[in-house]
Amino acid sequence: VDLALSPEQQALVASVADLLESHSSPESVRKAEERGFDPHLWATLSEFGALAMAVPETSGGWGAGLLELALVAEQLGSWLAAAPVVEAQVACRLLAALSTRQAAAALDGALAGEQLVTMAVRPAGRGVATLVPGAAVADAVVAREGDRLVLVPLGHGNRRVVANLAADPLADVDLTVEATVVLATGNDAVEAFERAVDDWLTLTAARLVGSAAAAHRSVCEYARQRRTWGRLIGSYQAVSHPLADSATAIDGARLLMRKAAWARDGELPRARELAAMAFAFAAESARDATYLAVHLHGGVGFTLEHDAQLHYRRVRGWSRVWGEPRDALLRVAAQRYEERR
Amino acid sequence: MDFGWDERVERLRVRAREFLHTELPAELEESVYSSGVSHDPGFVAALARNGWIAPEWPQHGDQTLDPWEAHALTDELVRVEAPTVAITTTVMVARVIITAGSATLKAEIIPRVMRGEVTIALGMTEPEAGSDVAAVQTRARREERGWIIDGQKMFTTNGHIADFVFLLARTSPDKRRHAGLSTFLVPLDLPGIEVQAVRTLSGERTNILFFNGVRLDDRWRIGEVDGGWQALMIALQDEHSASFSPHLARLLDAVEEWAMVDDHSVRPIDDRDARVRLARWATALEVAELLEARVTWMDTRGEAPIAEGSMAKLFSTEALVHAAEDLTELVGPDALRSKLDPTALVDGKIEHALRFAVGTAIYGGTSEIQRNIVAQHACGLPR
Repeated sequence: VDLALSPEQQALVASVADLLESHSSPESVRKAEERGFDPHLWATLSEFGALAMAVPETSGGWGAGLLELALVAEQLGSWLAAAPVVEAQVACRLLAALSTRQAAAALDGALAGEQLVTMAVRPAGRGVATLVPGAAVADAVVAREGDRLVLVPLGHGNRRVVANLAADPLADVDLTVEATVVLATGNDAVEAFERAVDDWLTLTAARLVGSAAAAHRSVCEYARQRRTWGRLIGSYQAVSHPLADSATAIDGARLLMRKAAWARDGELPRARELAAMAFAFAAESARDATYLAVHLHGGVGFTLEHDAQLHYRRVRGWSRVWGEPRDALLRVAAQRYEERR
Repeated sequence: MDFGWDERVERLRVRAREFLHTELPAELEESVYSSGVSHDPGFVAALARNGWIAPEWPQHGDQTLDPWEAHALTDELVRVEAPTVAITTTVMVARVIITAGSATLKAEIIPRVMRGEVTIALGMTEPEAGSDVAAVQTRARREERGWIIDGQKMFTTNGHIADFVFLLARTSPDKRRHAGLSTFLVPLDLPGIEVQAVRTLSGERTNILFFNGVRLDDRWRIGEVDGGWQALMIALQDEHSASFSPHLARLLDAVEEWAMVDDHSVRPIDDRDARVRLARWATALEVAELLEARVTWMDTRGEAPIAEGSMAKLFSTEALVHAAEDLTELVGPDALRSKLDPTALVDGKIEHALRFAVGTAIYGGTSEIQRNIVAQHACGLPR
């Protein structure tokens, strides 16, 4: 066991954090709220290599591990980056895993910056994929319906943008347009999709940890300065004890998320189980931490002027487009108990 | 980053399991449970033969275990509830003696500890001084050749069978709280010491020790007069790094085993609600293990895991308490069947977990104390 980041990983984290500090300030995050998307930030992150790093070298990328992507995602969460980087990364990895000509063409287009491809993280039903993250601003969606994996171009009147709690770029997508391309069918298609879901769960856990940690840092800072009845509020145990529980949960969530990414990079048998565990635990920890961050700021935390509400809304949106913690726990159980039948 | 165990650690786990298979037969397990005494001289002697008492100490030469092997060994011992409570407190005090004790005391005690020949109980807590250890009132008064001790100690587990008690006493009542304390190694066969049994919810026997005019030679003092607080901190730091996740692992194993059995109309493992609940505690176990591993990792780097040690203890014990409630509710009325009752489920491990869990969030620093430490050291909040 070695929990230290390598010098290269530390450098990666530092450079992403630098980039986001300049290009994802609270002001620009607020400015992007209407569309849930900051095209300038997206261009900057693409240029940085956010997509290329996610794709294996054999498919024209840099072949970074999921752990490296998770370190980046943690920063994206921390700075509330208004860009569907995680979905686009996962979609690119999924396209790279498919051997068809259509998939390769779509991947090339994505890597060249010609089109933004996102992924419907829940299977579609009756020809519709609902609340697809990134779809409000993407050019195409990879979706699964039954045992078919399809690539659906957007902007053919088949997208309905949905205003939502998190101010994320969500849309309901009609898959039944003529230009839809079948990428793969059968068990291979299903398994490729499930692997992409594993990656998405882990990277979303990373985003949730990043956001929760940032919200927690900010409310601790407040508790060190704000006085009531002549005492710093952080000295009241009614305030400090929930914050201690939250700090513990966030540290645990970060360790578990990184372990899940490490397990996928090593193709370990427990990788799928750990990804679902990481998501479930991070979703609950981030939910509780961001509630606490709003609540302990008092009335100020409830105002739209304050950043606490941004974290509160984002973590709920990022996780709930897939499902609740209970759904992830059922995925854990399927891994733990199916083979023991 | 690497979350895997290296081969040395895996080999040690195998060795530990083989050892426990031979040295911890069912009869011993049962007698430990029914007596409530987590100590057995034969078992401890066997540990000593393997060099497994304070196995990470350099005294073992090339048999010394690295911190990860020691971590794994503790895991395996705790997981099966091996009778190691007395030896654990003994080693805790031995560490204090090595750091603060006189050369004579070291020479006399340490080799015998390593051979498993000596046991030492903890005498810190008092009726009016629990988590706030510095509130102790037991007095040690100077006399010509040593000390006269009066007072009482609570929760002195194994105090009725141990050779010594590690005593924290007030030597200068006029000095401020932390400043007037000293520590002693008190032989428990001295006249004036009385032991009274206290039974606990977990079935474990602990004790109250009464000291009435006990005369103690000064050679049994550990560290400077009035320097007891520093000595105590060494012992407490050890206590914060104890591991509790193996208890959660044992409970989860037992309930998973119950859920797989086919004599229910619907196997619990096929029920959605049961699956979610089991997966929840399996996830918590994973987190508890990671938080504990981080403590060992920091030890290997020479970093002091202050907030991290508290986080591990807080999370693992709170998870254990809540898992025990939730999983016994899941099992239903059958979870009431007592451990040694012939009708008990899965060797009674499920009922026992509920009794046992409660104490873990109290001893070794309550959850509230751990939260204070985390709030100060991880969140930077004022006292």
